[in-house]
Amino acid sequence: MGYLEDIGTYFLMLKRTFSGFTKAGVLKELIFKEIDDLIIGSLGIVGFIGFFVGGVITLQTALNLTNPLIPKTLIGFATRQSIILEFAPTFISIIMAGKVGSFITSSIGSMRVTEQIDALEVMGINSLNYLVFPKIIAMLTYPFLIAIAMFLGIFGGLLAGVYGGFVSMDEFVQGIQQEFIPFHLAYAFIKTFVFAFILATVPSWHGYYMKGGALEVGKASTKSFVWTSVLIILANYIITQLLLSA
Amino acid sequence: MIKVDNLKKQFGNEEILKGITTTFEKGKTNLIIGQSGSGKSVMLKCLIGLFKPEQGRIYYDDNAIQDMDEEQQRVLREEIGMLFQGGALFDSMTIEDNVMFPLRMFTKQKRAEMLERVNEVLNRVELDGVNKKYPAEISGGMQKRVSIARAIVNKPKYLFCDEPNSGLDPKTATVIDNLIQRITHENDITTIVVTHDMNSVMEIGERINFLKNGVLVWKGTQEDIFKTDNKDVTDFVYSSDLFKKIRDVQNKTN
Repeated sequence: MGYLEDIGTYFLMLKRTFSGFTKAGVLKELIFKEIDDLIIGSLGIVGFIGFFVGGVITLQTALNLTNPLIPKTLIGFATRQSIILEFAPTFISIIMAGKVGSFITSSIGSMRVTEQIDALEVMGINSLNYLVFPKIIAMLTYPFLIAIAMFLGIFGGLLAGVYGGFVSMDEFVQGIQQEFIPFHLAYAFIKTFVFAFILATVPSWHGYYMKGGALEVGKASTKSFVWTSVLIILANYIITQLLLSA
Repeated sequence: MIKVDNLKKQFGNEEILKGITTTFEKGKTNLIIGQSGSGKSVMLKCLIGLFKPEQGRIYYDDNAIQDMDEEQQRVLREEIGMLFQGGALFDSMTIEDNVMFPLRMFTKQKRAEMLERVNEVLNRVELDGVNKKYPAEISGGMQKRVSIARAIVNKPKYLFCDEPNSGLDPKTATVIDNLIQRITHENDITTIVVTHDMNSVMEIGERINFLKNGVLVWKGTQEDIFKTDNKDVTDFVYSSDLFKKIRDVQNKTN
């Protein structure tokens, strides 16, 4: 029963988020602030992880490719496919569930605990529109972050493969161009949008409806990370089934 | 003026407010007092619309809040100023932005005009020169004053204060009490203060509503409270040694 109620409040939250709009000028400022906090603030970690995991994927592929009959171009091909299809959209989103998700839950949760949300409501402001809507809009720029992760991942793979002596530059570049299906990019970005929506709304729900004090804010952040990750994994499975298995 | 008629509120099976009927007068500081758990904060939250009562009607100047649609309730809330127990200032904003917030949300004033009004109310609460500080950089008493400034910046018709003195030293508490009363008189607004602090009753209790276990057991003025025979009220008032001593001195004098 508890889960059903939670699902119900989540959808009611979404309904209220898209009604009772805050003044446009204020909303614009809030959206830019959220883009700065959620997206620009994550560039460093996403770039760092993307670059090095890309390198590791290349190294592992190269080290496991012991059969001389398999062409070296497969290293670039495998790196590209892993990064575009799974690593950049899904793995980065799980990391973002920890970074951005916890930030959203704890910031909204702290506002709940210190009555700042009540203050907004008493002033006649739709607190959900004021707090959650700008996050959803800001997260529409999330694919930009994933595109950077894709680029840096493949670039990291190229450097690790070439300078590690596993593959030549030409072979790697040939590999990443081999059998390229543009729809795979579309698939990756479609699921990125879905993950972005989950990343903006699920942690917001955990923060907005939390009860208790400072300790509960911490607990809500942890729960938020777990549920956001679970939903991303589930959504990943469903979208993959729908878009790639046909 | 705010009128409450047969207000009932319950959480689960527990009845918190058991049919309260009272009136809060315009231009007066109306106090809701009582022990912890008596239902006073719940009553305040029902009045400002944070809780929906199960039964009863709340009238703001003869307009029942229950008959208003969402938009009318939103407009009404623009006329409400609220001082929360913890101040509820937005920690990510400077003091200036906190006080300016209602103006930015509900008026079309230019920044210079808004700034002028902000400085005027900050001066009113005797807090000049803190504009660029953040809430965490000022004391609890100052935060309460900023919260009052934010509550009155948009010239509200109704001012609600939830335990305005909690966590403050007696001297600062008196300053806050007097400030609330002065603002009430100067602007002729309806002010409702929830408190369990007898010093506040002494300082600003022009109209007092005493709650016990969700029931309004006594109503009166500051003078009346020391004359009443109501046992619930006398138990509450004379639970403090200071007030017991005052009563003893008065008895001896008489």
